[in-house]
Amino acid sequence: MNYTNCGNFKSDYSKDTALFQTGFSRLCIYSLLIALVVMPFVLDSYFIYIANMIFIAVIGAVGLNILTGFTGLISLGQGAFMAVGAFSAGYLSLQGMPFYLTIPLAGIITAVVGAFFGIPSLRLKGLYLSIATLAAQFIIEFIIIRAEPITGGVIGLSINYANFFGVELDDDFKFYFLAMILAVSMTMAATNITRSKIGRAFLSIRDNYIAAEAMGIGLFRYKLMAFAISSFYAGVAGALWAYYTTIITVENFTIMVSIQYLSMVIIGGLGSVLGGIFGATFLILLPEALQFISDFGSNYYPAITQIVGSLKEMAFGLVIILFLLFEPEGLVRRWKLTKAYWKLWPFSY
Amino acid sequence: MEKQNFLNVKNVYLSFGGIMAIAGVSFHVNEGEIFSIIGPNGAGKTSILNTITGIYPPDKGAILFEGGDITRIPVHKRPLKGIVRTFQNLELFKGMTVLDNLMLSRHLKMNYGLLSSIVWFGKTRREEVAHRRKVEEVIDFLELTHIRKKYVYELSYGLQKRVELARAMCLEPRLLLLDEPMAGMNTEETEDMARYIIDLNEERGITVILIEHDMKVVMDLSHRVVAIDFGEKICEGIPKEVAVNPKVLSAYLGEEKWI
Repeated sequence: MNYTNCGNFKSDYSKDTALFQTGFSRLCIYSLLIALVVMPFVLDSYFIYIANMIFIAVIGAVGLNILTGFTGLISLGQGAFMAVGAFSAGYLSLQGMPFYLTIPLAGIITAVVGAFFGIPSLRLKGLYLSIATLAAQFIIEFIIIRAEPITGGVIGLSINYANFFGVELDDDFKFYFLAMILAVSMTMAATNITRSKIGRAFLSIRDNYIAAEAMGIGLFRYKLMAFAISSFYAGVAGALWAYYTTIITVENFTIMVSIQYLSMVIIGGLGSVLGGIFGATFLILLPEALQFISDFGSNYYPAITQIVGSLKEMAFGLVIILFLLFEPEGLVRRWKLTKAYWKLWPFSY
Repeated sequence: MEKQNFLNVKNVYLSFGGIMAIAGVSFHVNEGEIFSIIGPNGAGKTSILNTITGIYPPDKGAILFEGGDITRIPVHKRPLKGIVRTFQNLELFKGMTVLDNLMLSRHLKMNYGLLSSIVWFGKTRREEVAHRRKVEEVIDFLELTHIRKKYVYELSYGLQKRVELARAMCLEPRLLLLDEPMAGMNTEETEDMARYIIDLNEERGITVILIEHDMKVVMDLSHRVVAIDFGEKICEGIPKEVAVNPKVLSAYLGEEKWI
């Protein structure tokens, strides 16, 4: 599906590699970036809180999409990898390191851990690999609970807010800029990785690993790299989360979180950076929207709070099933169809 | 003499459990020729190809490429030496565009790393553009211009076969192994494919090992032919000789006396 306008001719291969092919799409992306900067000044803190959660989720989901969507390795360990990131950031921060060192370091530590748990991927595929990553989830949770001197065990760690040269990022508004800059730059990095030779190697492993190997792709190297990159993203997301809540406990990173991230990727669209963004946004907004409905409805029918409260968990499952049934390619496909529709509107031919 | 040592398969054995897929096959391929491997179904032709490309390491025997032993080199290192193959059943990357499929083949020739690809501008973009130019040469050569931005799963079977050949050619092979490139094609597509094979052999000097069931194609294209049956070599020589060899005839048509 190629929905760029006709008449869009290029005289140079480098122009053909550009992410945004038309002036209009460049205009759109710049306005989005400006909107992101302006947004916290006009929104109230509840919406900024949601935006922050979305940014953290976007980082995690884009990372998982590189592993699951691009390389085709299903991982149920993203939650645990986020925990590794959160706890390493917490531990390093308690040693007195500033956040601009702990966050990348947490990413790197998580990348190493992720690559280690990615080793089975050379032999295991599909369902079997996802069970192996499930094992990673429980092993990491167990280690974190047991390694009390470093992680504080079940009590967890309590850290200070990130301190940016004297400015404490202690409320939603200040944290917003840290999260936004990280989310935007890491999304950009993911886009660039996926359009380079590394991204193509990932896709080729997903589509046909035998042929990929015959064409000179070192499977082991690239599978581990996919795990490392994806875990790096998880680690950064976890570290951000740590600085946002300042209380890090292992309960925040259970198997439920892993499943949530996996469903973000599925709902958003596998194998597309945009999909990770859409999925993360959607799944963060969904419970908030349900909450809004219940609050609104309770004015007229107070018992609705209880009903919606129990429906929340169900809605999560329902949405995944509905997406698998009706839009297995995720929100990204909807987005493309919408774009295609507006391209021709109002003349349908 | 130099030409003779291009590829040497020496007494190769390969078995899967109790089944002897290749039982002591030896042959050599000269540089610059089209060399065909023929034989009935299940004779072990593809297995020989798989040992040359390293997908199955042989149990016994050695494979020499330009005098160097390549028997145990990992699969993904072989394209660097110039040994590239296509597959019998299409093994393209279906979720990628034709262009991406071809650009993937340039992977080994690209030098930028992860960090540089994150930055994109500079080295990565320069290399991408340079390799795109090379890929476009192949696209021109195999007449794929109209489909370069299409996804592979959208294409017809014949075109997919051609894309697979293009993908192999983007690796700049010196020895190209084609596993039934004409299988399932109509006459016209077969003729096109035959023309491409001759062109790449004559214009680009690529040595070709061809496995094909279409005997007309084999006899017309190849310089030399080896016939395999039940994992053993039964005959080797120029097409005319092989075509009349009684063992080959009996392998294909069956015969009461000879076993």
